[in-house]
Order: sequence, then structure tokens, then C-alpha cells
Amino acid sequence: MSIISKEEAKKILEKALSYSKADEMSVSLGGGRTSNIRYALNSVSSGGESDNMSLLVTAGIGKRMGSATINEFNDKALERTVRRAEEIARLAPENPEYMPMIGPQTYLETPMYSENTAKMDSEFRAQVAFDSVDACEQKNLSAAGFMQDTTGFSAIANSKGLFGYNKATSVDFSVTVRTADATGSGYVTRDFNDISKLKTRSVTGIAMQKALASTNARALEPGKYTVILEPTAMGTLLQSMMSGMDTRLADEGRSFLSKKGGGTRLGEKLIDERVTIYSDPMNLEAPSEPFAGEGRNRTGSFLGGGGAVGDGRPQEKITWFENGVVKNMSYSRFWADKKGVKATPSPTGFIMAGGSQSLADLIKSTDKGILVTRLWYVRMVDPKTLLQTGLTRDGTFYIENGQIKFPIKNFRFNESAVIVLNNVEALGTPMRVGGNLIPPVKARDFTFTSLSDAV
Amino acid sequence: MGMGAAGILLPNLPAFSRPVSPEALLEPGLDVAVKKRLADAAMNAAKSKGASYTDVRIGRYLNQFVITREDKVQNIVNTESYGVGVRVIADGCWGFAAVVDAKSEADTAQAAEKAVAIAKANAKLMKQPVQLAAQKGYGEVSWKAPIKRNAFEVPIKEKVDLLLSVNDAALKNGANYVNSVLFMVNEQKYFASSDGTYADQDIHRIWPIFNVTAIDPKSGKFETRNALSAPMGMGYEYLQANPADKVTGITTRYNKGYDMLEDVTAAAKQARAKHTAKSVEAGKYDLVLDPSHLWLTIHESVGHPLELDRVLGYEANFAGTSFATLDKWQSKNFNYGSKQVNLIADKTQVGSLGAVGYDDEGVATKKWDLVKDGTLVNYQAIRDQVHIIGEKESQGCCYADSWSSVQFQRMANVSLAAGKTPLSVQDMIKDVKKGIYIIGDGSFSIDQQRYNFQFGGQLFYEIKDGQIAGMLKDVAYQSNTQEFWNSCVAVCDENDYRLGGSFFDGKGQPPQSSAVSHGSSTARFNGVNVINTARKI
Repeated sequence: MSIISKEEAKKILEKALSYSKADEMSVSLGGGRTSNIRYALNSVSSGGESDNMSLLVTAGIGKRMGSATINEFNDKALERTVRRAEEIARLAPENPEYMPMIGPQTYLETPMYSENTAKMDSEFRAQVAFDSVDACEQKNLSAAGFMQDTTGFSAIANSKGLFGYNKATSVDFSVTVRTADATGSGYVTRDFNDISKLKTRSVTGIAMQKALASTNARALEPGKYTVILEPTAMGTLLQSMMSGMDTRLADEGRSFLSKKGGGTRLGEKLIDERVTIYSDPMNLEAPSEPFAGEGRNRTGSFLGGGGAVGDGRPQEKITWFENGVVKNMSYSRFWADKKGVKATPSPTGFIMAGGSQSLADLIKSTDKGILVTRLWYVRMVDPKTLLQTGLTRDGTFYIENGQIKFPIKNFRFNESAVIVLNNVEALGTPMRVGGNLIPPVKARDFTFTSLSDAV
Repeated sequence: MGMGAAGILLPNLPAFSRPVSPEALLEPGLDVAVKKRLADAAMNAAKSKGASYTDVRIGRYLNQFVITREDKVQNIVNTESYGVGVRVIADGCWGFAAVVDAKSEADTAQAAEKAVAIAKANAKLMKQPVQLAAQKGYGEVSWKAPIKRNAFEVPIKEKVDLLLSVNDAALKNGANYVNSVLFMVNEQKYFASSDGTYADQDIHRIWPIFNVTAIDPKSGKFETRNALSAPMGMGYEYLQANPADKVTGITTRYNKGYDMLEDVTAAAKQARAKHTAKSVEAGKYDLVLDPSHLWLTIHESVGHPLELDRVLGYEANFAGTSFATLDKWQSKNFNYGSKQVNLIADKTQVGSLGAVGYDDEGVATKKWDLVKDGTLVNYQAIRDQVHIIGEKESQGCCYADSWSSVQFQRMANVSLAAGKTPLSVQDMIKDVKKGIYIIGDGSFSIDQQRYNFQFGGQLFYEIKDGQIAGMLKDVAYQSNTQEFWNSCVAVCDENDYRLGGSFFDGKGQPPQSSAVSHGSSTARFNGVNVINTARKI
């Protein structure tokens, strides 16, 4: 029962709403199948599958709100759940920031679903693991990898006539390949909506090549270097910036977007004019959810109606940074209402525009620099400046005169995404990473603060 | 990886958790006799399908989170998750299947059959059959966390009133913003295995936290201070302020009773004071680290690298491997730290997050040495690994965060033993010429083999010629695990011993969370590299 049709979902949601005695009520139904396979030391270590579908009912009574969920869908169960949500609402303290539910909306039909992914079975998954392991075994390398796929849907409705439905599939694959003597390590990750785009044997080849090329790494002095951050690394660094676009936090004076003396930095040029970042649910390569709070968590698994609770605001194409200028910031509905502006929701995926150069082109045009495959254990050091610390991992190389010269030992960095995006030298062709599109970025003066012996 | 109290981070709820009314959390779970019947049905079904070993976990997991900011309750989350997970060995390979809301013997038997089918399918890709350490059956046993007041029995109003009074105190004492949260967890776990153990356990955890922010509109800057509380394996009694549990000094810290109002009052003033504190000059300092800070360094640089599955390579794709390789342990002379350093794993410590009677594969819990007088002597392992380190029985480190997750090796409470000779914090500071005294945990990061780390904190005080000279800010220290623990020159005595811990420690793919405590007394580390973290954007 992992996927039901738009019509079936609507029928269940309307039935649930018909039992409401609350001032207003919203219902959301979500379901899906999540499967995974995990391997290490060239052998499968675990695999699992779970199916779930559940309905979340939220009742609003005055400024009080209560929620309940159920995973049975007969009339009795639906009515019982509605009553329970109403009871919980009555017991809850008043929320002075309670916002009335929104009316009917028009949602985009985003291209998130692939039949190829939906029909995957456990034999197919085992084959994926085998392809990756087999390629490594032939070269006496050791593979540790993980693949998770989901097929799910989500539907929302409320007592004011709102209705939305979306179905989606996703597949996330990553593998770390290590040399037998553990002196070299390489990593690669890919994610798609359509499994047929994932070629594990050839993708694993990238990690194998990095593992073999990274043995006998030399130590460079920590300091400021020109870096080429591959999309995986750049994506990690951008996460905190793109999840920190909230206006209220900035208005309150506790964000990197807070302005000295009060207010926000909306309209200011904050980063290099070559940088434009936007979100677009309809992007064919990296589509994202059509409505806010679809109940889909970061790892791509559907939590069903019991997951994240959204307010049903439609997602649309929004530009966050245009030619380096802060163009839009996100709002909660409460804060937007208070400020008398449109309540733009925060994006679920983002796209950083790039150029036409390949990663190889970026390397070729570099006199001296460092190629970074992946950043690891990245944590905020200072939210005022978005200063983050973390380490390079699984493939770090020294570039000289346009060529990769030798592997280098991993570095710890202390750097802010804002500073990196101010120091841009060149942008490559964007690639999908973790549901976002990110280019490889060449930037000067990236701050490495110490060396790590980790391989 | 660890998730400390840095900021207010809300966790993902366990799979299939459903919101329920607060009263539902007090309803009793299934009767033990019913659970035994469900477990026996699964074990019989698995055996008849060819399983050589079966364990069954029947779990009811209750969570209550009360979440506030300033004068508002933002959310009260009550969730319950109930189901059964069955793990088997068939054809020498592990298989696992779980079923939500299992109420009948047919449900659990079906899950068992599915687990056997998965094991047999996976066996085709297996390189070596599972080698499970022998384990005696304990019969029907039970264990209950020694709590004094069940947090789930405390009325919501009492909790809301406490948090709102905490927020009020913060605002009155210089904070512009404050968030506060009470996390409460009750795991009602029943474990049965084909070895003949039927263990019924009741586990409680609590974690009160806050985060205060002080804004300086003129400079456009803000400073924060988080709670100095620890997550504990205790009931609501942890929130009873008890003078005997207070450690006074430059700021008050807490042992097994936490005064949230007193701490937030200090926090608001300290967040304000940070605006005028001196920005640290980068360089080498002797560090004096309070237990409220040191727990996280122990967690990251000792707890994780001494997990045997990491050492062996099973976590290579995500959490990483370990520098503490088997050859270092086999050499019997690997200096993990100085002679002052004794690190102990302990699944029995009263009030700790990791304390249980039996782990999630039916092994009675115990206490053992990891690093003795500075030398690496052992790891943390489970039943299918212990043969690799020459042990006959498991150390009892197996845990799953839900009935729906496969159990695997997780960290025991790992603690730094108190110094054997009497030494107070005051006496420790007296000898420091150029140092920094760090209280509370902050930003944290460590590489995938656990060599290079960087830690921040909540409060930093400059030590000059044996005296505290004033508050510092923009402080983080960077070191290497072995170098750091070898720079440990003194550990205060047991009078200063306190627990810290991680309420949501993440590991595995798909990730699972676990809770673990780390105890220590204040300790001194000489000549550690300190960086200045201030930037302009």
C-alpha cells in the first residue's frame, strides 16, 4: 500500500474532514516504501525495507492546535482520530502566533516521480551492491557503500478547501573505496529521482581512481590556498547558508543576514556578482516538492503524515541571491503577516548557477591550488559570520601548472561560505548533489588551519 | 558523531512514532506474559524455518518534548511508538524484519519468517558466516532505572511553568531571546532470545536545555550561552535543585540535581558580558577543562575511535574508521595518553544515559578498562565481534534506537577516571601560568579517523599566573587525539567528578541515535593550540 492515487487520497482526506467539529482542520496523508542495502569490506552487511502510510489530523480551536495520527483508514478510525486531535487541541496552551489555515492553492506538477525507481526490487538492489563491490575486488580495493531508495506520495487538504497531491521517487547512493593497506581513500555520491540514471559500476570507478591516486599523500603547510571545491564539498558548505535565509532571525539581530543597527541585508550585495542561487521545483535535473512541508525528511524517506507538518504554501521559482545581491528571504506566515509582506516559504532544494567549464577545465586553469572531493564533520563555529570548521576527506590533491601533482594529507578548515563566495575565481558546470544543483567552485584564500593524519 | 547542546537542535522522531495525548503515555504497555508469548511465537517460527539463532525485541518508546521561546509554548510533542523487531541468523547470515503494532502471535511469527528469508537471500553475498560469542540465558529477568519521580507523571503544566519562568528570568537578566526545551524519554523494552533470556527493562532519560541570546544593536553582533545541564538517565528529580549537587566557582555547575533557574540567570548575564570580553590571542595555552566541556572531547576522541566496528571498517562510508588500529592494541604499549589518563567503559553507572541491565542482544552489562595508565588495553564490542579481540564473551554494547532498527555496536558510557591524589580545581588553576579555563560544550568537529579535532565551549576564562584574569571570547582549540591525551598533566579528584553526555548521538546508515554519558573531573592539558574564531563578513 505504498502509493495511492490522487483520487483515492482525496477521498480519504475529505472523509476525515467531514468529521471535524473544530474551528478549522487540516489533514495530510503520506505513504511510501523505503528500502536500503548496505555493504562494507566488500560484503553486504545489512538490508531492509519498510512500508508505511499514515494520516495526520491537525485541529485548530481558537488559537490552540492539536494533532493526532493513524494508520488505519476505515470510517471509525478516521472519526476517532479527528476526535483525538480535537481533544489534544483543547488541552494545548494558546499559541499567540497561531495563524489561520490557508485556502485553496494552485500547485506545480513537479517531475519527481519515476516508474523505474518505483519498480525496483531487492534483487536489483543486490545487483547494485554487487557491481560496486565487484569492480573494487578486481583491483584489490575495499568498498563500503549504501543505497537507499524511496517511492512515496503525499496529499494535503484542509477545511478551507485546500487540496494538493504529489508523488515522488528518489535514490541516494554513496561509496567509499579504500586501498588494501588503508593509505588511500576515495568517495563518490550520486542521487536521482530515476534509478536508471545511476550506473554504480562506473560511478564506483571514480571513487576507486581517487583511492588509488591518494596513497602516499604529502603534507602541505596549513594556510590560505586557492581551492577547487567539487560540488559535493561546495554543497556541504552551502547548507547552513541556504537554511539560514529566515527573515525573523535576521530582524531579531541573530543571523548572518542581520544588518548593523537593525533590519536585514536584503538588497545588499553580499557575495561575488557571478553568484546566483535560486530554487525551482520544476527543474528537470533536481525537482523539488510543490508544497511546503510535504513530510519528506532530509534522507529522502517518507515519514508519512506523521512527519514534518507543513502549512501547504505553494513552492515556486524564487531567486535568493542574484548577481551577489540578497534578492529574497524566507518568512514564517506569522512574521510575514506582522510585516505585511508575502510569506515566501524556505526552499526544499536550491540551484547555484555555474558556468560551462568542466572540473578538468578548472584544474587546467589553476597555477597552484588544492582539489577538494568532500568536506566532513562540518560544524558551525560562529553563526554571526557563518564561520564553519570541518575537514577534507577521501581525495585531496595538490594542483600545479594546471595539473594534479600529488595527493596531500587532509586539512582542517575554518571558513565561511560567505567569504568563499566573495573569493570566487571561477564556476564550473552544476551537478546534482543531495537534491540540489551545485557547480564546482574555484575560490582563492580558503583558510586551512591544521593538518590531519586521517585517511 | 555527536550532537551536543550547541543551539537547540530538535531530533527526527523515531520511525512510526505517533502523536498521542499526554495521558496515553501513562497507560501501561503489554503485560510481560503477553510479551513472552509474542516472543516465543517469533522464535519458534524462525527456528522452524531454519534459523540457528533468534532474538526478539518488543519495544514501546515514549517521548515527550516541551518546546518554548520567551513567553510562548511553541510545541508540546507526545509520541508513542510500539512494535516488534526480529533478528535471526540463518545460513550463517543476519536477517532482520520488524512489524509495527504487532499484537498477535501470527504478526511476530510472520516477521520472523521474513527475517529468515532475508538472511538466506543475503547469505549468497556473504564472505564469512557470523561468529556469535556464546551467551548464557538468564531466564526471566527485569531491570528498572532507579528513578525517583517519573517525568511522564509530572503534569504538563508544571513543566510549562518551569520553562516559562526560566525564559522570564533570562529576559529579566539581559537576554533578548531565549529558547528552552525539556526532552523526556522512556524506553520500555522486552528482549527475548533463543539463548533463553527474557529481559523486561524500563529506561528513563531527561534533558532540560536552553539557549539565551544577547544582541548588541550598535555593533550588529550577538552572543549566546547554552545551559550547563547534562542529559541524565534520571527522572524528574534531576530538576530538583539540591545545594549538595552544586559546584560553586567562577560560575555554578551541577552534578545530579540541576537548578535551571539559577543557571539561566547566570547565562543571561554571561551572554551580555561576552560582548565586552577580550577576543583571544591565538597561541599555545594550558587548558583547564570542566567536566561540562570535557565530556564531548572524551566522546569524540576516545568513545568513537575505540568502537570495534569502526576499527574494522564497517562504518567506512559514513562515520569513518579509526586511528586506533588492532596492531596498536596488540603492541600493548600504545600510549593513548599520559600516565594520568585512565579511560573506562561502563554500562552500569547509576544515573548515566547508557546504564541498562542487559544490552539489546541479551548480555548483562559490565565495566571495563579501555586505556589504563595511558596505554590502550581494549575496545567496545558486541557478540559477533568479540572473537576478533580474543574475548570469550561480549562487552554488552549492542543497541537499537527503535524496535524497527537493527541493533548494532554503540558506545558504552566512556569516562575519564578521577585523579587518585587529592586535587581541587582551585589548586589546579593556581599552578597555571598562561591558560584558559573552559566550561560547557560548544562547536565540535573531528576527522573520520579521530586524529584531528577542534572544540569550542560556552565560557572561557583567561588564567594568568595562577589567577583567573577575566572572560575571553572567540576561542577554539585544535589538537590531535594522541598528542592531546598525552598532554594531560593532572586530573582533579573524585569530589569534582560529574557526568556530561550526548542525548542524540548519531551513527550508522540509515542513521540511528543513542544516548551516552561521559564522566570526568576537571583536567589540565598543557600547551594546546588555540585559534581565534572571529571573522568579518
